[in-house]
Amino acid sequence: MAIYLIVALDVLNGISSLFLLCLGLAIIFGMMKIINLAHGEFIMLGAYATVISANAGVNIWIAMLVVAPLFVGLVGLVIERCLIRFLYGRLVDSMLATWGLSLLIIGIVTTIYGNTQQGVPTPLGGFSIGSYQSSYYTLFLAGMAVVMMAVVYGVMSYTRFGLIARATMQNPAMAATLGVNPARVYMSTFAVGAAITGLAGGLLAPVSGITPGMGGAYVAKAFMTVVGGGAAILSGTMSAASLFGAVNQVGAFFTTPVYGEVLVFTAAIVLIRLLPQGISGRFFKGNL
Amino acid sequence: MTFSRRRFLQRSAIATTTLIAAPAVFRSGAFGAENPIVVGSLHDQSGPIAASGTPMVYALQLAVDEINAGGGLLGRPLKVIHYDTQSNIQMYSQFAQQLAVKDKVDVVHGGITSASREAVRPTFDRFKVLYFYNVLYEGGVCDRNTFCTGTTPAQTVEKLVPSAMKKAGKKAYIIAADYNYGQITAKWMTKYVKDNGGEVLATDFFPLDVTNFGTTISKIQAAKPDLILSALVGGNHTAFYRQWTSAGMKGKIPIASTTFGLVNEPTTLDAAESDSILGAYGYFEELTTPASKSFVEKIKKAHPDSPYVSELAACTYEGVMLWAAGVKKAASIDRMKVIAALEDGIAFDGPSGKVALDKPTHHTTRNAFLAEVKDRKWSVLESYSDVKPADTASVCDLVKNPNDTKQYIINL
Repeated sequence: MAIYLIVALDVLNGISSLFLLCLGLAIIFGMMKIINLAHGEFIMLGAYATVISANAGVNIWIAMLVVAPLFVGLVGLVIERCLIRFLYGRLVDSMLATWGLSLLIIGIVTTIYGNTQQGVPTPLGGFSIGSYQSSYYTLFLAGMAVVMMAVVYGVMSYTRFGLIARATMQNPAMAATLGVNPARVYMSTFAVGAAITGLAGGLLAPVSGITPGMGGAYVAKAFMTVVGGGAAILSGTMSAASLFGAVNQVGAFFTTPVYGEVLVFTAAIVLIRLLPQGISGRFFKGNL
Repeated sequence: MTFSRRRFLQRSAIATTTLIAAPAVFRSGAFGAENPIVVGSLHDQSGPIAASGTPMVYALQLAVDEINAGGGLLGRPLKVIHYDTQSNIQMYSQFAQQLAVKDKVDVVHGGITSASREAVRPTFDRFKVLYFYNVLYEGGVCDRNTFCTGTTPAQTVEKLVPSAMKKAGKKAYIIAADYNYGQITAKWMTKYVKDNGGEVLATDFFPLDVTNFGTTISKIQAAKPDLILSALVGGNHTAFYRQWTSAGMKGKIPIASTTFGLVNEPTTLDAAESDSILGAYGYFEELTTPASKSFVEKIKKAHPDSPYVSELAACTYEGVMLWAAGVKKAASIDRMKVIAALEDGIAFDGPSGKVALDKPTHHTTRNAFLAEVKDRKWSVLESYSDVKPADTASVCDLVKNPNDTKQYIINL
């Protein structure tokens, strides 16, 4: 019995970390159709911001929940002003530019901090179910995923900023005639997306190997999930993250980690073949 | 003088030929005597493997500087041509060609992962460039043009598994990286567990970009082993040790690893995450012999921010020195003469102790050490002297088959 609970926790862990990793990307891709290939490096920057401030004596929770998103949000703002704003509507160019950007960020971080970085230990510790052990941090990650979902939903549905953002997403020209400045909406949306990605990096820092190239391990899965989810930011990302996260974890548990990965990619191919517009293109049309 | 079109063409043809031929003529003629001996170097200084490659480059440079300070080889200075292979196999192939064809190097030291070695080894065979691979690996390379100076499983895993089993128990769970090194090392682990009367409960392989080890940790708990044997590789896989500790499993099941420390884990992980993990290598920075101390001191002096000086750096240093001893003995830089000299009982007293090249396998007989992580440092528990590369010796005999160029998968 306990083993099923543990597997359920693993699945929850897989889903929530995937969701956290993808949310920022979904906002940037879903709203602005910018393919941000530097997404993995935003995660890495969040992780670095966390471990470096924590090692410098900042409380680990502040480092994760405040320093990481603030720092990466600011970086995102600067990048939007200097690079991304010239690329709206130019899909291929934006891919090339952000890919170059990712190499640049890796290079800068390697130059400053070297190839390895002392990490931080995981806070909270473990608990046991029957004879099995799991970590409270898993539950914390799941909690954070729920909180982020609620925050994004709340902001998008009930605030003026959310209304303007959704309007700009649907029809920028019409929003502009009604007095909204799309450039400013894009700028703040990009910064928010970057900040959420930084938060994900910060949250994963205590359970990851911290290296300048760590973003590479996440970027493919994040894109797969966002594309598989389709246009709706929340329902799409959540449903795709649930599908892929569960397939990966259950697959890895019952077969091997290698097949766990294989199954995820197979699931993604089948999904895109059956639902070319992503899950939310069919099931949650018009939802957030 | 009439300047006809024909004459113009003739003259330009002659001028062009002279210009193109000039460097070749000058090189062999005017500068011939002082031409440096060129040492090629292929190491990753960026990308995921960089933490391993960077100290290797430092060690290679140190060895070359020391040889040059002593007057060079055969009265000629050494010159290093180094390429950063960026943890990218394609770069290995490209730069290997460049070293062989364009730079015309006399020897190449380099390659880190087994995949990178197998990418460049055929190139150096084809272009007849002597090649040194100075990294611990899964064993079995049998190639007269190649010398492998690092340890192989018969030298380290064979010591690691029984001492870990003595401490922990007989039931082992193997976790390893999913490429040739991990696959073959897992086989060796299985063999030594069985040889020592134990049992392997399960073996799991992980692609190098796996970062979430939650299910594996659950599976390990379900299997209830006495011991975990790890051959996980690279920065992403260090996440395993973090998640293991965060699940509260640290200290409940001991871990022994053939790779822990190669990307600086004792320094990057917290003491609580790394304490009491066992490892066996051909060299540890913490060795207290005078040769080891002065080696580490020299590297840290030249590069104060150098990552951990592991077996990889020590073997690179020893590899260059062994090659230099071979050149001295051969009194020539000719490839076949150097190989013959290297096969003729060359040995060097390096940071890890005495290292001797083994003629039939082109591997080394060297010391091995068993150590345990304590407070983010290795504490050396035991040392074994003059351990032979018995695994490769069981399949490879270059005296009988000098034309062999294969890597044997040792049947276990």
